[in-house]
Amino acid sequence: MNALLKRKTKGDLLFDILNYSILTIGMLLILYPLYFVFIASFSDPNQIYSGDIWLFPKGLTLDGYERIFSDSTIWIGYGNSLLYAIVGTAISVMLTLMAAYPLSRKDFVGRGVFMWFFVFTMFFGGGLIPTYLLIKDLNMINTIWALVVPGAAGVFNIIIVRTFFQSTIPDEMREAAFIDGCSNTRFFLGMVLPLSKPIIAVMVLYHVVGFWNGFFDAMIYLNEETKFPLQLVLRNILVQNQVNSSMMIDVESYAAKLRVTELIKYGVIIIASLPLLILYPFLQRYFVKGVMIGSIKG
Amino acid sequence: MMKTISRDNVRLVKEKPAASSTNQTWVKMKQNYELYLFMLPVVILYLVFKYYPMYGVQIAFKDFRASKGIWGSEWVGFEHFIRFFEAYNFWPIMENTILLSLYSLVIGFPVPILVALMLNQMMAKRYKKFVQTVIYAPHFISTVVLVGMLNVFLSPNSGIVNHVITFFGGEPILFMADEGWFRPLYVLSGIWQETGFATIIYLAALAGVNPELHEAAVMDGASKWKRVRHVDIPGILPTIIILMVLALGNVMSVGFEKAFLMQSDLNYGASNIIPTYVYELGIQKAQYSFSAAIGLFNAVINVVLLVTVNRIAKRLTETSLW
Repeated sequence: MNALLKRKTKGDLLFDILNYSILTIGMLLILYPLYFVFIASFSDPNQIYSGDIWLFPKGLTLDGYERIFSDSTIWIGYGNSLLYAIVGTAISVMLTLMAAYPLSRKDFVGRGVFMWFFVFTMFFGGGLIPTYLLIKDLNMINTIWALVVPGAAGVFNIIIVRTFFQSTIPDEMREAAFIDGCSNTRFFLGMVLPLSKPIIAVMVLYHVVGFWNGFFDAMIYLNEETKFPLQLVLRNILVQNQVNSSMMIDVESYAAKLRVTELIKYGVIIIASLPLLILYPFLQRYFVKGVMIGSIKG
Repeated sequence: MMKTISRDNVRLVKEKPAASSTNQTWVKMKQNYELYLFMLPVVILYLVFKYYPMYGVQIAFKDFRASKGIWGSEWVGFEHFIRFFEAYNFWPIMENTILLSLYSLVIGFPVPILVALMLNQMMAKRYKKFVQTVIYAPHFISTVVLVGMLNVFLSPNSGIVNHVITFFGGEPILFMADEGWFRPLYVLSGIWQETGFATIIYLAALAGVNPELHEAAVMDGASKWKRVRHVDIPGILPTIIILMVLALGNVMSVGFEKAFLMQSDLNYGASNIIPTYVYELGIQKAQYSFSAAIGLFNAVINVVLLVTVNRIAKRLTETSLW
């Protein structure tokens, strides 16, 4: 049978050639912008400006990175993002696990009602303005809590974790533990959580990436620059073209300033993406896992 | 602790034959009281941050004054809605919102399906893995960085895209400052960023296609192309329909972030969509009631769309979300 599947006609050969070629070209189109940012961040800004850089960096320089390292706002942003990501992830993952576990239990009275209570918010919500006014009334503006609390334990995540619990924690195990006098809390902490490391990893990575990449909540709820996460600092540099003048003290002409700004932009893209780049092998594996569990209808 | 629980268990067993079903439910609830405590923090969180704003959405029907608060402000009925419908920019905003997401949907939706079908036919395992690793990567880039990349690549005098255009003798194009380029750039950058990641769900569906169908097709002399068309595509059709329903239901909820970051005075005519307009009026100009009304209008359309599309899908194909 396998041999049969592997036999190729002329048409199949053509199919394969086309298939491989198109996918390879597509992959290169996706890869090239990323690669270009990388090589440009090391290159002489004059050569970037005149369009001489295509495949290899030219006029190797660390000038851009040196200027970025000398600017404190980027590092403050880095620190803030790290703090928001750690605190936010801890709170949200903990709450998600706690809400998902009862929902996975068939003997949990009111399971359907609670499920609807959560799922309803996926279809309808008060919207930006009422939520903003609430955060304002609660005096959460300009605090870390505005970023990490309101969005904690999202519905999708609760559903994914619940599906995981349902499919990995057998009822018999719980029944046996209860006969031995185990309480719900002890069972959850001692048996369920240790068996759930894969889904905890999925959740942690989902949240870390979300917090690291998010800027919207920070933009509306924070107004002190010292509290800005990295993405807001990046927005000023990359989108609004405002490079901190401390990075430019020694650059004289306007034209040179423009060029150095470009170089700094390539550099900050790399620096901002570095943590995710390092995590990428895990991100890929666990994000794929998350999509798979999420796609099981339940 | 252990003792009381086991005593409870014993009691439960003893009472079972005699107890009525409501009694049993009550016993079950008591026995699992810890589970309710687990739920409690999240339930409170949702009540405060999800349900209370639904209640607060009444400011859309009021004339909100900060001094009087949400409760003290006066009712004005549908005044804000009518004002929006009659505003000079109502139709342009609707058009911008609908066109932007329709283009994303029509052009962006089929691409991951095609790529997944093609990846699935790749027999070189390692190379396939490599391709997947590369094409998933842009998914993890933040929107700010994505728009930043658009800015540097499309810059009229230093961007690589305009270098290519001038190299072939063309004139540099002011992509980011041109209304006409806003939608193509939005859609294409979306395809660049999300196609790879969106293939995962289709690849999972393809892995579930019965291999015997393929074997039988080969026995009958079907070419690869025919097998893709007559075995793979029907095999993942339910998945495609469900994702289609979700996507159509979300036609009016275009992502705020990218449109907002790409927006400038120069492309405002195409980039002003409902979510950015709500932000502009509500957060920047503090017209809370008016912008809450526009947001509510949008949210209601979304619910209606999702329910309608789901119903149509159910009738036509017997596949639906619920």
